[in-house]
Order: sequence, then C-alpha cells, then structure tokens
Amino acid sequence: MPAEAPHFWAVFWAKLPYFFSVLLGAAGTTIKVMLGALAVALTLGLVVALLKLARMQLLRAVANVYIEIMRGTPALTQLFIIYFGLSDLGVDIPPVPAAIIGLGMNGAAYVAEIYRAGILAIHEGQVEAALSLGMTPVDAMRFIILPQATRLMLPPLCNYAVSLLKDTSLASVVAAPEIMFFARQLVTETLLSMDIYLIVAVIYLAMSIPMGRLVAHLERARRAWQ
Amino acid sequence: MDPLLRIVDLHKRFGETEVLCGIDLEVPRTQKVAIIGPSGSGKTTLLRCINYLEKPSSGHIYIDGALIGEKQRNGAYVHLSDRELAKERAEIGFVFQRFNLFPHLTALANVAIAPRRVLGLGQQEAEARAREMLTKVGLAHKVDAFPERLSGGQQQRVAIARVLAMQPKLMLFDEATSALDPELIGEVLRVIRQLADEGRTMIMVTHEIQFASEVADRVIFMDGGRIVEEGPPDAVIRNPSQARTRAFLARMSER
Amino acid sequence: MIEFLGVYRQHLDDWLPELLIACIGTLELMALSFVLASMLGLAVALMRVSRSRLLQGVGIVYVEAMRGMPALVILFLIYFGLGGLGIEWLKFTSYQAAILGLGLQGGAVLGEVFRSGIEALHHGQMEAALSLGMTPATSMRWIILPQAARIVLPPVANYAIGLLKDTSVCAIIAAPELMLRAKDIASSSFRPMHLFVLAAVLYFIMSYPLSIMARWLEARLARGR
Repeated sequence: MPAEAPHFWAVFWAKLPYFFSVLLGAAGTTIKVMLGALAVALTLGLVVALLKLARMQLLRAVANVYIEIMRGTPALTQLFIIYFGLSDLGVDIPPVPAAIIGLGMNGAAYVAEIYRAGILAIHEGQVEAALSLGMTPVDAMRFIILPQATRLMLPPLCNYAVSLLKDTSLASVVAAPEIMFFARQLVTETLLSMDIYLIVAVIYLAMSIPMGRLVAHLERARRAWQ
Repeated sequence: MDPLLRIVDLHKRFGETEVLCGIDLEVPRTQKVAIIGPSGSGKTTLLRCINYLEKPSSGHIYIDGALIGEKQRNGAYVHLSDRELAKERAEIGFVFQRFNLFPHLTALANVAIAPRRVLGLGQQEAEARAREMLTKVGLAHKVDAFPERLSGGQQQRVAIARVLAMQPKLMLFDEATSALDPELIGEVLRVIRQLADEGRTMIMVTHEIQFASEVADRVIFMDGGRIVEEGPPDAVIRNPSQARTRAFLARMSER
Repeated sequence: MIEFLGVYRQHLDDWLPELLIACIGTLELMALSFVLASMLGLAVALMRVSRSRLLQGVGIVYVEAMRGMPALVILFLIYFGLGGLGIEWLKFTSYQAAILGLGLQGGAVLGEVFRSGIEALHHGQMEAALSLGMTPATSMRWIILPQAARIVLPPVANYAIGLLKDTSVCAIIAAPELMLRAKDIASSSFRPMHLFVLAAVLYFIMSYPLSIMARWLEARLARGR
C-alpha cells in the first residue's frame, strides 16, 4: 500500500491509462442505465401525472399511493426488492434491466410531479383564448399548452437527469457492470483505492458538471422568457 | 465651528454614466435642507452617499469634521473597516422610501434592535427607549404589531422611530412619503415636521414642494447630477432664478 | 400472497426487534450528518454571498464537486480511499465515514438552499440594517439569517427526507443501519423479498412524517408567513 507520497504518485501515473480505459468502458453501461431509466421515468411519469390529474378519485388515489411509496423509500431498497427480492420469488431479471426498471420506477414519481406542476402552471386563460380563436382542444394542447409547459418543465427534468446519473452508481450493488462496479473490482485487484475512486470522481464530475451547467442555462432562459 | 456636514467635490459614476458631477455642500447644525429635482437628478444617490450606502467615485464627506467611509493614513485615503464604518453610520439616520422594516420583528423589536445590537443597551433599556420613540410617532398602541399588519403610513412612522432610537446627529429622508397612498402622507409629514421643530439637523429628498417650503430652512434644486440652485425656500421655490428650476416647479404644480 | 404473509407471521417477532434497533442507527446517522451538513451549508452559503472572490470561488468549487459526485463515490473515497493511504488519522470507522460523507455532500446541498434563501431577501433589508450602524456580520446574524431561515424551511425538510433515504447507501460500506441489517438477515434467512419489503415499510414510516411536515411548511410559506 502506498505509504509515501512519491510512491503513491508514481503508481498513480503508471496505472492511470489502464484505470481510465477500464472505467471509461464502464461509463458506457452507466449511460445506458441512465438513458434507459430516463425513458422509463418519462413514460411512466406521464401516466402517473395524468392519473393524478384525473377526475376519478380512485385514479388520483392510485397515483398518490405510487408517488408516496416511491418517494418515501430509498432507491437502494427498491433496487434490492426488484433484483434480490424478485429472484427469490423466481423472477430473475438481469442486473442492467433490473437497474433500469428500479431507477425508472423510482424516477417516475419525481417526473410525474414535474409534469403535473408544469401543466397546472399554465393559466386556464390560455386554453380559453385558444378555444375562442377556434382551435380544437387537441390543437390548443399541441400548439399552446405543450410548448409553454415544455419550457417550464425542461429545467427540473434536466435536474432530475443529473441526480439520476449519480443514482446509477447504486446499480453496482446489483452487479450491473457500470463505473462503480468496475472500480470496486479494480480496487480488489490492485488495492489502489484512493487512486481509483479519484478517477471515478473525475469521470462522474466530467459528466454531471456540464449537465448542471445546462440546467443553469435553461433556468436562466426560462426566467428571461417568463 | 465646523458645519455638521461637509461634502467636497463628490462624484459618483455607475459604469459610464455620471450620476453626481461634483457636489459641494455644507450643512450647519439644526439646519433643515430639502432637496428637490426631477427623477434621475442624483438626489437620492447623494443622500445614499452620505450614509455610504453608495461608495462615492471621488470626493469626500465629513460629519462633524470626521471623514465618512474612509480615513487618512500617511496622506492617502483608505476605506474604513466594516466596524468603523458601522460606527459612523450609527450616527446618521436614514429613512427609506420603502420603509425597509424588518418583517420578522414586531414594531417594538424593529425599533429596539439597533440600540440593543449596535449601542449594546440591555434588553429592557432598549425596549424602554423603543417604546418612548414609538409613542413619539403616535404608535404606542402598535408596539406588538408586525409590519405586515401596519398601514404604509404606520410602517414609515415605525421606520422613523427606529432611526430616532439611535439618537442620530443627522437624519436623512429619502422620499419618505412617495410610496404612500395620498391619504396616509399627512400623518408621516406631521411627524417629520415635529422633528424639524425640535431643532434636529435633517436633509430630505422630497416631491412635496409645499411641505418643503414650509419646513425647510434651505432648498436645493438638483438636476443632471449638479446643484443648480439653492437658497431659502422663499427664493428657490417662490422666486427661482434658474430657468431649469422654474420649468421643474411648473411641471410639479401641474400635477 | 397468503403464503408470503405467512412467512412474516412466523418470523416477524425475530426480525422486527433487530430491524427496529437498526432504525435507531439510521436515525442517528441521519441526525449527525444533518448537523454536519447544516454547519457546512451555512459556511458555504456565507462564503458564496461574501465579497471576497476567493471565498466565493472556494464555495463554488466545493458545491460543484460535492453535488457532482454520487454519495456512494464520496463514501468510498473517504472510507476506502483515505483509509487506504496508511495514515492513521485518516482512517475512519464505517460509521464515521458515513456521517462525514453524507455531511460533506449535504453541506453542498444545504449551502445552495441557504444561499438562495439569503438572496431571496430584498436588498433593502441589508441596507436598512447597515444604515442603522450594524456591521455586515451583525446584520447577517440578526436581520438576514432569521428571515432566510423561514424561507428555507421547506427545502431543508425535503433535504432531510432525501438524507434519510441516502443513509441506506451507507450499508454498502457496512455502516450499522437499517439496510445493512436487512441485508444480513436476508442472507442468513434466505428471505430477501420479505426483509427488503419490511425495510421499505420501515423507511416509509420514518420518512412519511417528514414529508407531511415539508408539505405543511410549504403551504404555510405559500400563504405568506
């Protein structure tokens, strides 16, 4: 183990290309899990949001229960239930799909709230104005409401995407071969824990900071527009 | 004896635009000065510079012969530390157009907080003084009210009491009645007039020309960052010598 | 379904006390990292609103770094990374590393929350305080922070909910808390589904009061103090 600083840095520089190539390869899986979960969250979230806006009380209750459960329990616990729990009941889902389903279902609760807030934020006068101009309700939705709602929802959705990126690290515990998973393997192999986790940190920051900048930019654009 | 306030060649620039272009002014003790002029003439900026809420671009301000916001060291002017600056500000009262009461504190606490935290008075002493000042502005019955429960006129009177509690040498009023509904202006002007009668030194930026001519010993007309004309109200307001002053007063009387 | 619930009837008496004790560990972990995060958050917020460019820069770098990394990476850096350097005082127990890691990340989150609370106040408040002769520090303490505290209560409550859930991640570095205990019992009893569902229920019971409180605070603020 590197007890002295010179030794630490020597090993660090010598091993750097190898570590980077392994971890960057794993970043592909990280992104795959993130995009997959994002797709699930965006779709399922829309369903939940529409349920929550439904006139039937039962449908609203279903949406509420879903949101409360997903937001009230840790994503890690949810992943464990889907991966280890279901396999115990005879349903075997491979690690990557399990992570995508778990993180996606978890995210749907957040995304649903974003959709709902976005739709509710559009003043009903907008619909009335569109209808009074002779638009059909579908036209009004398509040309008036959705463009406005999209601008409102984009910043929080991107924010969610950033936190989702970080949450993909949890997929390592269900053995999905993403960055953290390989990092832990490299550590077992080389015992250079500090070096490897620092590289991991850099890789995550290289992905999340530009995304964060984008959110800040969208946020400013939205405020300028409002 | 030095004048209470002395301003020497004061300039203030915001970026490219020069808002104050060389102000020289002396105000002796107990004088009441009214500053009038069109909006954008620099009158509020001048007032804010006196309290160092704006840092002058150049020039110097003295209160009682002491420099405000800076000090001389080896012949050069250096900025004061936060603590030194605060000490100087404590002697100058500033009444804001929008009151700026502290919404989390009752009327009494609004008035008591500076004596307590700046002058270091004990709680009881500070509150006794606050009660006295609120009584003076006619709000003895509102000591426990939070600002949101008070009318604009009452809020401004609390703000004046808050300044009085610091026993300032000089009081600055920045359009103290412009944010008020017309029917609430009178109660605030009454309090200011009462303070003027007590012989306090005060400078007020105001749009109330009539009030200025009644209360002030001296009226200053500013335009374009300069003092255009000044003198006793009889001269400046009733018999202005400058065309710009006449034009401004004519516009004001049309309203 | 009946069969599934039957297992609970059989084992709940053994599992529940152990998990409840682990819940105390979770709450302890949450409370201690919350305290650390609050202190760091206040420091970071004050740095970011300060006049010094240097302090502002340090604040920004801290926030970006801590918010840009998964909690898991921070925990691993502290526990395995620092622990592996062979320097005695950098070796933390998993429990200490968990508090430190969550607290460091929370400091960045709360730092931004506090900063936006401070910046939400009208600048007239600071000016009024200064004009009365308060120093910037006195104004912060008696005028700005008490008002900002009100504004930030709902986001702070939301942060606390997130923190409670994030403590589960500490199971991965074997910090003594609910998820770790659930995992241990799951592997010894071969009943992962039962234990993880039970853990989820317990997390929910702990977080639900917080989320009700957060909503109440939000509604109160929306009504205007």
